[in-house]
Amino acid sequence: MNVRLTKVALAIGAPLLALALAFAITSLVLLAAGDPVGEVWAQIISWPEARNQVNILNNATVLFLSGLAVSIGFRMNLFNIGVDGQYRVAVFAAAAVAGEGWLPGYLNTALAIVCAMLAGAAWAGIAGVLKATRGVSEVIATIMLNFIATALVAYLLAKVAVREEGSNVIGTAPVPEGSRIPGIQMWSDIPTEIYGFIVFAVLVGVAYWFTLNKTRFGFELRATGRSASAAVASGISVRRMTITTMMLSGAVAGLVGLPILFGTSPYNYGSTFQSGLGFAGIAIALLGRNHPVGIALGALLFAFLDEQSNPLQILVGVSPDIVAITQGVIVLTVVVSYELVRRYGARLEQRRVAAQLARESAAAKDPRPTTKEAAR
Amino acid sequence: MDDLVVHGPLARPEGSSLVTSLSRDASAATGEVAVRLRGIGKRFPGVIANDDINIDVARGSIHAVVGENGAGKSTLMKILYGVQPPDSGTIEVNGTELALSTPADAIKAGIGMVFQHFMLADNLTVLENVVLGAESLHGIGGAARAKVAEISAAYGLGIDPDRRVEDLGVGARQRVEILKVLYRGARIIILDEPTAVLVPQEVDELFGNLRELKREGLSVIFISHKLDEVLSVADEITVIRRGTTVATVDPRSVTSRQLAELMVGSELPTPQTEASTVTDEVMLSVRGLGLRGPDGRAVLDDISFDIHRGEILGIAGVEGNGQSELVEAVMGMRGGAEGAVVLSGRDIAGLSTRARREAGIGYVPEDRHRHGLLLDAPLWENRVLGHQTREPSARRGVIRRRAARADTQRIIDAYDVRTPGTEVPARALSGGNQQKLIVGREMSADPVLLIASHPTRGVDVGAQGAIWDHIKRARREGLAVLLISADLDELIGLSDRIEVVLRGRLVGTFDPSAVTPEELGSAMTGAGDAAPTTTTEETRG
Repeated sequence: MNVRLTKVALAIGAPLLALALAFAITSLVLLAAGDPVGEVWAQIISWPEARNQVNILNNATVLFLSGLAVSIGFRMNLFNIGVDGQYRVAVFAAAAVAGEGWLPGYLNTALAIVCAMLAGAAWAGIAGVLKATRGVSEVIATIMLNFIATALVAYLLAKVAVREEGSNVIGTAPVPEGSRIPGIQMWSDIPTEIYGFIVFAVLVGVAYWFTLNKTRFGFELRATGRSASAAVASGISVRRMTITTMMLSGAVAGLVGLPILFGTSPYNYGSTFQSGLGFAGIAIALLGRNHPVGIALGALLFAFLDEQSNPLQILVGVSPDIVAITQGVIVLTVVVSYELVRRYGARLEQRRVAAQLARESAAAKDPRPTTKEAAR
Repeated sequence: MDDLVVHGPLARPEGSSLVTSLSRDASAATGEVAVRLRGIGKRFPGVIANDDINIDVARGSIHAVVGENGAGKSTLMKILYGVQPPDSGTIEVNGTELALSTPADAIKAGIGMVFQHFMLADNLTVLENVVLGAESLHGIGGAARAKVAEISAAYGLGIDPDRRVEDLGVGARQRVEILKVLYRGARIIILDEPTAVLVPQEVDELFGNLRELKREGLSVIFISHKLDEVLSVADEITVIRRGTTVATVDPRSVTSRQLAELMVGSELPTPQTEASTVTDEVMLSVRGLGLRGPDGRAVLDDISFDIHRGEILGIAGVEGNGQSELVEAVMGMRGGAEGAVVLSGRDIAGLSTRARREAGIGYVPEDRHRHGLLLDAPLWENRVLGHQTREPSARRGVIRRRAARADTQRIIDAYDVRTPGTEVPARALSGGNQQKLIVGREMSADPVLLIASHPTRGVDVGAQGAIWDHIKRARREGLAVLLISADLDELIGLSDRIEVVLRGRLVGTFDPSAVTPEELGSAMTGAGDAAPTTTTEETRG
């Protein structure tokens, strides 16, 4: 029983250790730059106001989807750095389709969501096919595809864009009113609402958990991640798994931009659409240990840090970019502390097994396992 | 059978060995001790790898360290090369006690190691490989080239410094490895199972090189478990059993049989075939199986055989002659295989590995860590592995944890897997217990064919006997068994029929009740009845 307790303690201890380290390092940076450490942390750690709480939840929804997308790859030892490009291509495709309004109401929304997932899957699938057939590292392929995605989307946007009156901002036609996803009003006294898409995100999280942990497909995916050679011997087609996993990761990546597209004005994809969401997903997937609950907590943490750092410039006179340093450092400390804890846990386990077996064989009369043959 | 069995192709009488008997020039040994190991101990969790090891290696001699797989030879050599520190004991080199904490320390002390798996960059030249990491010695230009040529000439290595390593054969690569350690100033050279990858002529050459090194006053530590090679080349032999040194003997006063007794103790169980259960119903029929390697050469060439219900077919061969490829072709793990594979009347040659498993093939892979287990996954997940499409592990695409755990417990009980439970990661188990789990898993789901590749390699004697029992039981229950092993006594003891594989072809069928290890050994090396010194080159294109 206390074995399980140790396991839980280790599982919680690792991210806490990482966070503590990251905060310590950030404090050192602040100290070195002569900034008021205490005031910065006081602002960041203060309890957010209602408006900020909504913003944190909304931001976390987006980051959660991004983290899920990355972690699907991680579970198979694939490093999908291309979530950034995938969500860009996908949200553009969704915006272009939804803006046309071919179907009425929510049918239009559903079509756009499917298009986004297909576009993300296809974009990630390129890297998957290259890896499976030609052995191209998915890290390189997805990074390159990020650049191509940015250029491609900018190029296509110019073709379909409608220019807003009196502005240089260009964007796709806005999603028709009936196809937007209404927000959830949490506090009646503030106008900001929680993305309705958050419900969908939670469902995706549950589906992720079920598929990876409960199904045969998920087992094969994890088995391939742990040992590709053992997977081959067990009748798993590693090539097919590579392509499928990349496409699945891309499909989820395709959802990343949709809460924003369907939930905030101007309800379109334009040159000012939020960028960089894919990279945050890598950090969050690492922090959340590829578990949907962990990823949700990680997304909340990152969204919290972002939101709380916004007024730093005004209140304390420190650039909010300090939080980006914290987030970056978290990625490093998380990797280190998980590895330390993993090794420690493995050693503990090995010792426990050895000790238990030694006890058992001592309890048996003859400690040496003699064989029937030898006795013959 | 006697109370003792000699392992492998080692009960061969003097003189008929595959390698020409070398003159044992013991006088080259000056009597000075180059390396002295005293009381070396090393523990890993749950395993005592080394315990009170004592060895003296005389300068200018070839000192062999022999022992079974898993006896602790590799651990000892890693300690001597500074890869891992000993828990106890002392190491003296040329009379001074040293603490070797990294290989750099060992190199500084004049110790060099040639690993079994070569560590060479294929796309670089010999010279570049040799100077890599040792640029400070003689630079990377003319001086280094001259030095390489000088060493090559001095020890008769015959190496052209400007050849690319990828163009070299296995024997030449090994000489490059030796040259590498000599270049770094080694006076004590450790060779870890150097002959495992060599064909007999190359073994002859290697031994010639070793004699050359000895003549120049270098000390060679030669690790092996092939006893006739050891007997023919070593000046002194230390035997390791269960992690400790049991004897140091003079090769002139010991026979390979006595050496084998020392190596395995008296605990060796014998694989005894029981009354024949062979039926005339063909279970597996392989016809014209062929496979080409990446270089276009045939690694399997027109292989045909049948295995009947209740029959064990043993495949004998020197490692690297196509055994692994044969198994992987039958399992469908390698693309590009041609020919027919018929399992109980159904051609499975076009099927995927999964479909072949579902058709009733159980597979005990030769490398359990790479192909048989997910080391960091709990035992029950390892039970599911390879059976993830079948009851009780899964139903309608969903893994059934509870059923899988229960069935894992069944295997643990029935196959005597020593583990505290089903949640333990596979890595925490000893090799023998891992292997018993694999055998138990592969025997579930009612297979009709069991492929067992080196099933007792690296497992302890107790597990070995248990695994033999399980294979015999499989045969009694009417399975067809394809057994691949490097252990000739295991093959002779278990098989109903033995086929010898040489360079990807089946070259002879033997009746295990009539054949001796010597005869098998000759067939395996292609020597046939010819004189042992001229291993006839097979003329196949």
